[in-house]
Amino acid sequence: MKRYVKRGFSPVTSPFNENGDKRTVMNKLLLGLTPGEYLVQALRNPFNWVLAVIFAIGIPVLIGRFYYGLAWATSGSYDYPWGLFLGFGLFAMVPLSSSGFQLGTACEIFGRHDLEPIERLALLNGLLGYFFAVMYLLADLGQPWRLPYPMVVSFGPAAVLFLVAWHVATYLSVQVLEVSSAFFEWIGLPAGKAAVRRITLGLTVAGIILSTLHQGALGALFTYAPGKVHPLWYSSSFQWLHFFVSSLPGGLCMVITVSTIASKMMTWRGDVRFHKSLERCQISLAKGACMGIATYITIKLIGIAHDNKWSYLDTGWGQWFMLEIIVGFMLPLVLMTYGAHTKKIGIVRFGALLTVIGVVLNRVNTAMITFNWKLTEREIPPLREFIISIMLFATYIVVYRFILYRLPILYQWKAEEAVEPVTETEAALEPLPVRSRDGLPVGSYKSTTRLD
Amino acid sequence: MKRRNFLKACVIGGATITLGKTNKGWASGSFEGYPEAMGVLVDTTRCIGCRSCEAACNKEQNLPEPETSFTDKSVFEENRRPTSTAYTVVNEYEKKASEGPVYRKIQCNHCNEPACLTSCFVNAYTKTKEGAVIYNPKICVGCRNCMIACPFNVPGYSYESATNPVVKKCILCYDTRLKNGRPPACVEICPQEALTFGHRADLVKLAHERIRENPERYYDHVYGEKEVGGTSWMYLSRVPFDKIGFDTTLSNDPIISNVKDFLGMVPMVLSIWPALFSGIHLLSKKEGHDDHGHHNEPGQEG
Repeated sequence: MKRYVKRGFSPVTSPFNENGDKRTVMNKLLLGLTPGEYLVQALRNPFNWVLAVIFAIGIPVLIGRFYYGLAWATSGSYDYPWGLFLGFGLFAMVPLSSSGFQLGTACEIFGRHDLEPIERLALLNGLLGYFFAVMYLLADLGQPWRLPYPMVVSFGPAAVLFLVAWHVATYLSVQVLEVSSAFFEWIGLPAGKAAVRRITLGLTVAGIILSTLHQGALGALFTYAPGKVHPLWYSSSFQWLHFFVSSLPGGLCMVITVSTIASKMMTWRGDVRFHKSLERCQISLAKGACMGIATYITIKLIGIAHDNKWSYLDTGWGQWFMLEIIVGFMLPLVLMTYGAHTKKIGIVRFGALLTVIGVVLNRVNTAMITFNWKLTEREIPPLREFIISIMLFATYIVVYRFILYRLPILYQWKAEEAVEPVTETEAALEPLPVRSRDGLPVGSYKSTTRLD
Repeated sequence: MKRRNFLKACVIGGATITLGKTNKGWASGSFEGYPEAMGVLVDTTRCIGCRSCEAACNKEQNLPEPETSFTDKSVFEENRRPTSTAYTVVNEYEKKASEGPVYRKIQCNHCNEPACLTSCFVNAYTKTKEGAVIYNPKICVGCRNCMIACPFNVPGYSYESATNPVVKKCILCYDTRLKNGRPPACVEICPQEALTFGHRADLVKLAHERIRENPERYYDHVYGEKEVGGTSWMYLSRVPFDKIGFDTTLSNDPIISNVKDFLGMVPMVLSIWPALFSGIHLLSKKEGHDDHGHHNEPGQEG
């Protein structure tokens, strides 16, 4: 791609090509290249070859998992019923996807419009993270075709998982709507975009509620197993808060990391607005993440003090715990505070990456590594389980990249003057008149309260 | 079940502001089992480790034949747990004790307030009035949360099946025997009368009577009388229970009482958050600046 751009090619940013004709969907899909050119740039990208190898191995194994059953593909353990698919795929992907609701809140609720260049990326990051968490779940469920059962066939409303199922399903649809405005721009349906714009505030508030609850609910799932999770990773009173609060810096730092990768690997795709404001936005996010991490470390220590678990710190598990909290949370807190203060973006980005690793490690520790700490034998998932997990993650990257290449996430769609009747600025403020007409602020969020 | 209905109302209702946390007091641990619930008392001091209960269970539940026969004592070399092909197993403990080893039969304990039941998001489990915890394979999605939740590590899962994997565990012979008032197969076959079938309430009395009459024969505790809210299967032992593989760190509260803090918080968030965040949104909007909101305040940070 770099070579084409060097030769003077500019990728699709508007519904019209250089001659002023309307582009076809096919033309937009190919980024304005001819099929031949597109294929050449795809083959030239070494990362695609890595992906090809992963899929060549992974897809047959995934098919095998459904053909031969879970026992063939996973450890099929009675003591560790949740393996990598859930321990990594579900429990780690979801906190890294909390970015959608946070940036939505910052921009739409708190009016931080200076963060808008990165808002859509955060929303997309949220949507894809959740979507692939569900993909991991489908790979793990014994009978995935029964996934809609808790919605339609039989209800277990006292179960935390019931909440998770409902909230993730509702939140996924909320996120699809939030991201859809980018899609409507790209496909050329301004009416759709305007309709979504009108309910943005409702969607954002719904996003906050659903996120608070199910990020917390994922933690609360472990309160069913008070003796099995190691005491240092468990707190009967605060488990849901630990999961919820740590998901906040997790999501923000994931956006810092992804936007860094995107700005380096697909420089051509970002527009001037994105590249100019990237560092400023990342530093803002890092500041938010620092607040989150500081709070998380505090409530984590309160959790230990609350149940007086200090003595566990002096064990092997305790050292592992301290490694997680120092390298995954305390160090990034120091790095990002310093980096944000001195505007050293490299340090901020490194701190963000460490936080992402810290959050993932925390979830994997809770769900797998320290789970069943009283049992003498530990189980290491078999190779096929790793292969499927890696392949699903590769699919996540491919879909992520596919969308970033095309939809106006990192750049602004230039169509206002010709096609769209409303400009970006006016459209963004659509919700306001609707609300002020109602008088009571709560009155207009019927759609929100109805969700549950 | 009164408490389940309470939770139902709590989670679905959303508007139960006055209920929430205050009700935790009466709600937790209030269900002490059905009055007519049956149970089994296991007197480990009588068990000789003959494994005939394992064989009877295998036959009654039509389970696949095991690799070695039920008379094979070499299985005692390792610590076994119930699996999808063996709903009950007998383990040997205190192998070097002068009074001889202690044998302990493991199966589903049929809790009064089962963790598997409360953790199931499709309600696949039922605690019957006879005391059995039974399972409906037709609606199980296969999330295996019940296996995470079970404090006794009992449920097994038929991972080998690609099209219809289900949870496999002891159901107290509910379909074939208990429903008709007959004791489970393992109890009926026991040659040592180590297993006593009866009303749970009577068994609690019987257990304490045995301890009182023979204080030197028994450790003074009935395991399962109070653990995790009480179980239908209860145990007597010569030695402290942690020496024969029991988890003695379990609380007397049912597992669900751990989760209630969170469940009580859910309707609060549902009712408070919309107003709170819409309110903040209104407050953060300046009067008369409505149409210049975007791109105008890059200076605000932090």
